[in-house]
Amino acid sequence: MKLANYEKTEVKNSVKQEEPVLHVKDLEVTFKTYGGTVQAVRGVSFDVFKGETLAIVGESGCGKSVTSSAIMGLIPSPPGEITNGRVLFKGKELTSLSKNQLREIRGADISMIFQDPMTALNPTLKIGEQLTEGIRQHTSISSEDATKKAVEMMKLVGIPNPTERLKQYPHQFSGGMRQRIVIAIALMCEPELLIADEPTTALDVTIQAQILELFEEIQQKTGVSIILITHDLGVVAKIANRIAVMYAGKIIEVGTKREIFYQPNHPYTKGLLHSVPRLDLKGKPLEPIEGTPPDLFAPPAGCPFTARCPHAMTVCEKIMPETTRLTETHDADCWLLDERAKK
Amino acid sequence: MARYIVKRFFIMIITVLVIATLTFFLMHSIPGSPFNQERGTSEAVQANLEAFYGLDEPLYVQYGMYLKSIVTFDFGPSIKNPNQTVNDLLSRGFPISFELGIITILVALISGVTLGIIAALRHNGVIDYLAMTFAVLGISVPNFVLATLVIQQFAVNWSILPAATWSSSAHMVLPTLALATGPMAIIARLTRSSMLEVLTQDYIKMARAKGLTPMKIILKHALKNAMMPVVTILGTLVAAILTGTFVIEKIFAIPGMGKYFVESINGRDYPVIMGTTVFYSSILVFMLFLVDVAYSLLDPRIKLNAKGGE
Ligand SMILES: Nc1ncnc2c1ncn2[C@@H]1O[C@H](COP(=O)(O)OP(=O)(O)OP(=O)(O)O)[C@@H](O)[C@H]1O
Ligand code: SF4
Ligand SMILES: [Mg+2]
Repeated sequence: MKLANYEKTEVKNSVKQEEPVLHVKDLEVTFKTYGGTVQAVRGVSFDVFKGETLAIVGESGCGKSVTSSAIMGLIPSPPGEITNGRVLFKGKELTSLSKNQLREIRGADISMIFQDPMTALNPTLKIGEQLTEGIRQHTSISSEDATKKAVEMMKLVGIPNPTERLKQYPHQFSGGMRQRIVIAIALMCEPELLIADEPTTALDVTIQAQILELFEEIQQKTGVSIILITHDLGVVAKIANRIAVMYAGKIIEVGTKREIFYQPNHPYTKGLLHSVPRLDLKGKPLEPIEGTPPDLFAPPAGCPFTARCPHAMTVCEKIMPETTRLTETHDADCWLLDERAKK
Repeated sequence: MARYIVKRFFIMIITVLVIATLTFFLMHSIPGSPFNQERGTSEAVQANLEAFYGLDEPLYVQYGMYLKSIVTFDFGPSIKNPNQTVNDLLSRGFPISFELGIITILVALISGVTLGIIAALRHNGVIDYLAMTFAVLGISVPNFVLATLVIQQFAVNWSILPAATWSSSAHMVLPTLALATGPMAIIARLTRSSMLEVLTQDYIKMARAKGLTPMKIILKHALKNAMMPVVTILGTLVAAILTGTFVIEKIFAIPGMGKYFVESINGRDYPVIMGTTVFYSSILVFMLFLVDVAYSLLDPRIKLNAKGGE
C-alpha cells in the first residue's frame, strides 16, 4: 500500500515530521517449508516517527512477528528469506547489511521486547549480567559503569533495591518484575526504536496496566519510538498514536488511533472493533468475525478478506484492491472505498 | 546446604553397606572355595586354611567380621597372594586405574560436548550427519571389540602406537580411545539434542536481539543450559567408565585394579573381592554426589537442601 503523508499527524514530542526513524517499504518475507512456501509478509509498508507509538494489530498468524523479526534482521534463514522490500533505519538500508553490521545495530539502536517474560530471561545467568552484556558488547564501557547504568535502568523501570537485585537470578522475580527487567535490558543502550512483540499478553490484567504505563513514561523520558505488536485492542487504545491493521501478511488499514477507532473504513477493521468489549458499547454482545484467514501457502489473488467479508463483491475475489487515501494519515485497501466501485 | 551434605553422607554410607551386603551374600551363594582340590591341597590342609581365614565360621559370624573390616577398611591379606594385603593391592593398582578412568572421562566429556555443539550448529548439514553416524557406531560397538580393532590397526598394521602396558603417554592413547569412544558418543548425542532444544528458547532469541556475537550466545547462553542433561547422565557414565577400565586393562595388560579384580573373582579371593567392591562403590556413590553438587551449581533454581529435592 502507498504511504500516507504523516506530516500532520498529532504526535507527542514532535515538532515537524521529517525523516521517519523507520521506513519499511514493500517488505516481503517467505518461509520455505516441506509443505511449500509460506508467504508470511506480502508487501508491507509503514513508517515510524520519532517519539511515537505505532501499534500493529491483527489476528494470530497474520505476520506481525515476522515483520518485526525482519526489521531486526532476525529472520531464521533457512527457512526464511526477505524476498523483496526495503527497511530504512534513519535512512540506512538494513536489508543489504552484512550479518556483523546488523548485529551492531541490534540491541544498540533497535531493541526488542519479547512476549513471555518467563522465558525471555536466561535462567542460569544473574540479572546484572543479562542487563550489562549488551552494552558491553556494543560499547567499550567499563564493567563498573555498565553496572551503574544497569542500576539506573532498573530504577527507571521501577524495580526496588536495584543494586542487590542485580545479583539475583530470574526465578527470584515475579512475572511483572521480569517483564520490567526485559524492558530495562532493551533500554540499556538507549535505542531509538523499541519493538515490543505482545509485551503484556502473558501478564495478568493489573500488571498489564502497570507495564503499559511504564511504556508511556519511558517514551516521555527518552523520546524512543515504539512499535507495539498486539492483538489486544485495549492495549492499543491505551498507548498507541497510530495503528496499522494487518491481515494475511498485508497492512489493510492504517491511521491515527482516533481514525481507526472512530472512522474505521475497512470491513476487517470494523469486524475487529466489534469483536472487542468496549466501554461505550456496554451491554452489546460481542460479534467475533466468522471464518478463518486465508492459507498463506497459496494466498488469494484478490482481497484476502473476501471469504469472510459481508460486503464482498465479484471484483474482490479476483483483483487486489488498491490503497485509498482517506485523509493525510488514513489509508485503507478495500474496493468499497474505490472511486470506480462507488459509481 | 550443610544439612543436605550431612544427610547425603548418611545415605551414601547406607548405600555402600547395602551394596557390600549384597555382594557378600551373592559371593557366598556361588559354589566353590578359594582352596579346592584341583590344586592338590589335602583336606586337612584345606580345613586348616579355611580356619585361618575364618571361612569355617557360620555365615553370620563371617558377615560380622566382614562388617568390621569395612568399618576399619582393613580387609587383611589376599588369599591368593598371602604376602600382600588387599590395601596393598588397592594402593598399587588403583592409581593406574584411576588415571585411565580420569583421562577417559575428560576425553569423553570434552570431545563429546564439542562434537555435540558442532553437530547442533550445523544441524542437518554434512558435519551433523557424519558426527551422528559416528556417534551411533560409537554407542553400538562394545569397548572390548573396539580395543582389539584399534590394537590391530594402530599397533599391528601401522605400528605407530604401543599395543599394551602403561608406561608412557603414547601407551595411554589406545586404551583411552577404546574406553572413551562409547561415553563420548553418548555425550555427543545428548549435547546435540539438548543444544538444539536450547537454541529455540526465547532467551536465545533475546541474546540475538541484544546483538551478541554467535560465539557468546553459544558459550554463555546456550551451553550452560544445554549441559544439564549431560550432567545428569554423567554419574552413570563415570560408573560405566570406572568398571569398564577392568576389561580394558585386561586387554591392554595394564597393571591396574582390573587384573586383581578379575583374578580375585575367578579364584574366590574373598577379601580382595569385598575390598574392591566396597572401595569402588564408595567412589561411585561419591561421584554421584559430586554430580548433584555440579547440577546445583549449573542451575541456580536448584537448591540443595535436606528435603532432598528442589
Ligand atoms: N520459522 C518459520 N517457519 C515457517 N513458517 C513460519 C516461521 N515463522 C513464521 N512462520 C509463518 O508466518 C506466518 C506469520 O507468523 P507470525 O509469527 O508473524 O504471526 P503473528 O502475527 O505474530 O501471530 P501471533 O499473533 O500468533 O504471534 C504464520 O503463518 C507462520 O506459520
Ligand atoms: S475488498 Fe471486497 S472483500 Fe475485501 S474488504 Fe473490501 S469489500 Fe470486503
Ligand atoms: Mg507473534
